[in-house]
Amino acid sequence: MKRLIIVLLLLVGISAQAQNKNAKANIEVDGVCMMCKQRIEKAAIRTKGVKSAVWNLDTHMLSLIFDERKTALDSIQANVLAVGHDTEGVMATEEAYNSVHDCCKYRDEDIQDEHKNEGKQE
Amino acid sequence: MRLILFILLVLPIGIMGQETLEGVIFDGTSGEGLFGANVYWLHTEIGAVTDMDGKFRLPYEDTYTELVISYIGYTTDTLTIAGPAIITHSLKAKSDLDEVTVSARKKATARSYLKAENMIMVSSDELLKAACCNLSESFETNPSIDVNFADAVTGTRQIQMLGLKSPNILIATENIPSIRGAAQTYGLSFIPGTWVESIQITKGAGSVVNGFESITGQINAELQKPSKDFSFYQNLYAANNGRRELNSHINTRVNEKWETGFYLHGNLRDGHHDKNNDNFLDMPRGKQVNLLNRWQYTNPEKGMVSFINFRYMDDLNESGQIHSNDSVDGDAGGHGHGGGNSNSQPLWRSEVETQRFDVSSKLGWVNPEIPYQSLGVQTAFSWHDQESYFGLNDYDITHTSFYGNLVYNSIISDSRHKIKTGVSFTYDGYDELVNDDEYDRKENSVGAFFEYSYDNLDALSLTAGVRADNHNLLGFFVTPRLHVKYSPWEKSALRFSIGSGRRSANIFTENQQLFSTSRNINILDKDGKIYGLDPEVAWNYGVSYLQGFNLLGRKADITFDFYRTEFLNQVVVDWENPQNVRFYNLRGESYANSFQTEFNYTPFERFDIRLAYKYYDIQTDYLSGKLEKPLTPKNRIFANIGYETHEKESGSQWKFDVTYNWLDSQRYPSTETNPTQFSLPERSPTIGTINAQITKVFSPRFELYIGGENMTNVRQNNPIINAENPFATYFDTTFVYGPIFGSTYYTGLRYKIE
Repeated sequence: MKRLIIVLLLLVGISAQAQNKNAKANIEVDGVCMMCKQRIEKAAIRTKGVKSAVWNLDTHMLSLIFDERKTALDSIQANVLAVGHDTEGVMATEEAYNSVHDCCKYRDEDIQDEHKNEGKQE
Repeated sequence: MRLILFILLVLPIGIMGQETLEGVIFDGTSGEGLFGANVYWLHTEIGAVTDMDGKFRLPYEDTYTELVISYIGYTTDTLTIAGPAIITHSLKAKSDLDEVTVSARKKATARSYLKAENMIMVSSDELLKAACCNLSESFETNPSIDVNFADAVTGTRQIQMLGLKSPNILIATENIPSIRGAAQTYGLSFIPGTWVESIQITKGAGSVVNGFESITGQINAELQKPSKDFSFYQNLYAANNGRRELNSHINTRVNEKWETGFYLHGNLRDGHHDKNNDNFLDMPRGKQVNLLNRWQYTNPEKGMVSFINFRYMDDLNESGQIHSNDSVDGDAGGHGHGGGNSNSQPLWRSEVETQRFDVSSKLGWVNPEIPYQSLGVQTAFSWHDQESYFGLNDYDITHTSFYGNLVYNSIISDSRHKIKTGVSFTYDGYDELVNDDEYDRKENSVGAFFEYSYDNLDALSLTAGVRADNHNLLGFFVTPRLHVKYSPWEKSALRFSIGSGRRSANIFTENQQLFSTSRNINILDKDGKIYGLDPEVAWNYGVSYLQGFNLLGRKADITFDFYRTEFLNQVVVDWENPQNVRFYNLRGESYANSFQTEFNYTPFERFDIRLAYKYYDIQTDYLSGKLEKPLTPKNRIFANIGYETHEKESGSQWKFDVTYNWLDSQRYPSTETNPTQFSLPERSPTIGTINAQITKVFSPRFELYIGGENMTNVRQNNPIINAENPFATYFDTTFVYGPIFGSTYYTGLRYKIE
């Protein structure tokens, strides 16, 4: 009996420590169009351990499902930043931002206006 | 000791017991879960953001009473909460955002740039371009599918893809194979056009998920869904050939989760026409009642969607001679089914009555936690009964069918690698009477499939599938299929596909026109399991290239398709001796090469042009040597022009659509041995037809249309050989290369309430 309890306790301990295989997270990522969507999702999904990445044009939210044992939100975020998209609280480097297509310069207000209607098409 | 156990047990419960408030926030217009909405308790800092499905969870305390839900672009709502519970709430979009107009116009027909398969999506807008009437006629504005001319007896229009007839195509409704077996010949005319929401056409082998039967391609028709269709829809149609149709849809919500739709179709074809004076009706008369009741269940919290369908159909088709040859007045009455008056020759008549009953269901379950995991179960039962006679020939068939398919969808490592796997089961019972011979056949199969698809989100995507089936008559076999797409540069798609398919040929029901001839039926092989014949086995492979570009600042695209189908075995239907029709296993080779090029262009706003050219080279080794497939033109030209006026604020609009089809000469099956008055030249004349339609939309609720088919009144004058003596040798109605009736004009209306 005692052993059993110990085993159980150990198991509970392990499961508490075990990282979630299907961790979910939502982070805000800036962008303006469907091209941005592709770029953002591609950057996220190519991070090892990310299982699903869907960016919503209206809400600017990137919903992620990833394996916590293989990656962390930070590294996904870093990869998104690397392709030039600002994420929650962190700006992409100027160099990375410049690499996005001209029509995707989401920091520019004129460009934002141009794309204003796009989200509504879906 | 016990205490520890007790604590261990209680601990999780205690954690769960903490009071929470859960709920789902929906978009008030689309009804979909709203992702990213802010939900918080008023005057606190406790809040949450909804997830992808619009769900949220918040801690709850008695002191919290007012819940604020806000989202940019939507009106903020504050709810009073009495206790911990599950709440659902819809947010309304702010009106100033509603007025945003969408400038890009969706194309009615589009080829995919992204999918691995060569798939053509046909929306309901395209289906409205030719107002008529059932699924077989829905393809008239689509160059990838060829629609044959109806013969005078069956009146049905069979379709072809890559130059081969519909039995080689897997035709499904909502991914359940439906136009097959006994329904092969008439089945497309048993699906009313207004029931169809959209059509997906896949050229080439297609997916393994829906079975092994497809050889040249797959066509899937999505039906109207109670949740999306109009709450009331009424369509009326009348044509000068005596065809009248009525379609009514009623859709209603039963409760939060259930919606139901009733779809009624009725038609009457009572034209009495004999324009070519051969004493045979130019088109059959008849009537049809067709009822469909659909139930849709949606439970977003559990991720469940389900459809249950019930359908009943009764169709009567009559054709043949109008009055006996020697009677003076027109009305001889009665069906001269073998009998007749003592001193006058009996009438050659034909009657086909079909009844069909279908029950099908689909159950889909998406894991709410992991949206890429889903499970689907499809089941379908159908009973199809045809009783018919054609002159002195009797033909009855009853086909009972059951289909079950279970599909599991998931990913491997990430969403670039998707898999579909599952098992399927089919049962088909055939009971046929061909004159005095009975044919009974039971077929069943169990199969498993696995399909992997990869999309690197750039240039490459592929779908590789394999299925293994064990069939009581076809044996155990493996069906592999592969589709690859690569985009070498922008707006391009280079595709390759290869795959195999097999099926048992239902020789009588697929070739029913043989009963309207004086030909004898000869089955030359005895050892096979299906009428003495072997199953058909074929490989299909092809390449396709699609390129989009700008022409004078406007969108254009061009496609080149080349496909080849090679039969390892085929049930050859040999019409080359006018005294008989022979069925035998392929001795030698049989192939179909098809080339198609298609050009789409929008030279100015709301004006679309589609041009296509097709070339078919279809050859089979007959007993009399290698011959081109009869009654199939080698070259075809297709042109379609559509124009819409600017849609006014009231919704009023004009729509114009014109389609031109040109068919090269077609080879007649040999009539060499017939006496000269009953023999035909080697080839038919060429044929060009024009169809046009004008639609006036008065408002989103009401529209009228008027149109014409075959407006230049092209006709095949003597479609029946030896029409004077239908009970004698040489009588044959199968040499149809063009329209028999000539031009047809029609008008109709559509009325709908959201």
